[in-house]
Amino acid sequence: MTDTPIQQMIQSEIDENPVVLFMKGNPMFPQCGFSAAVSQALTTMQVKFKGVDVLENMELREGIKEFSSWPTIPQLYVKGEFVGGCDIVREMYESGELQTLFNEKGIDFAN
Amino acid sequence: MAMEAAEIERLIKKGIPDAKVTIEDLRGDGDHYAAYVTSDLFSGKSRVQQHQMVYKALEGSMDGPLHALALQTSVPEK
Repeated sequence: MTDTPIQQMIQSEIDENPVVLFMKGNPMFPQCGFSAAVSQALTTMQVKFKGVDVLENMELREGIKEFSSWPTIPQLYVKGEFVGGCDIVREMYESGELQTLFNEKGIDFAN
Repeated sequence: MAMEAAEIERLIKKGIPDAKVTIEDLRGDGDHYAAYVTSDLFSGKSRVQQHQMVYKALEGSMDGPLHALALQTSVPEK
């Protein structure tokens, strides 16, 4: 899984940053509605996260899909664990599960 | 390139035989769909795993003809 440089790069991003969002564009200027929605939810919760723009690197764009066995972007990682894409994050945000997850993982956020 | 709702349903049911599938064409353009999938096979699986099962059933369509599919999965209520 971590044998190619791109897989290693992804692994170190999620090792080094507690909350990572692989997205199209960046949190200030998302380039896709789904990436914007997740980025917006995190921003509203005042969660500190790192946005990684997959549009800047074609290998990364394909590599992250393989890494997570997940065909779409955005993809949210918390403490090295894949949480989900746009639909799951939205569902979790609305049900309060995302807040619970951040609590459990010791991630600061504002309600 | 678009994809017919019936084709999406067929693929999901092929991969997850007991699935109940409801497809909504969100914009009426054959390109943006929402799918609600319930199956006993989802039981005991995380949401991520449930979605992965659906994506797997779609056999790579997410990377090609299917542009946007909002997905919601659940286990049937007893």
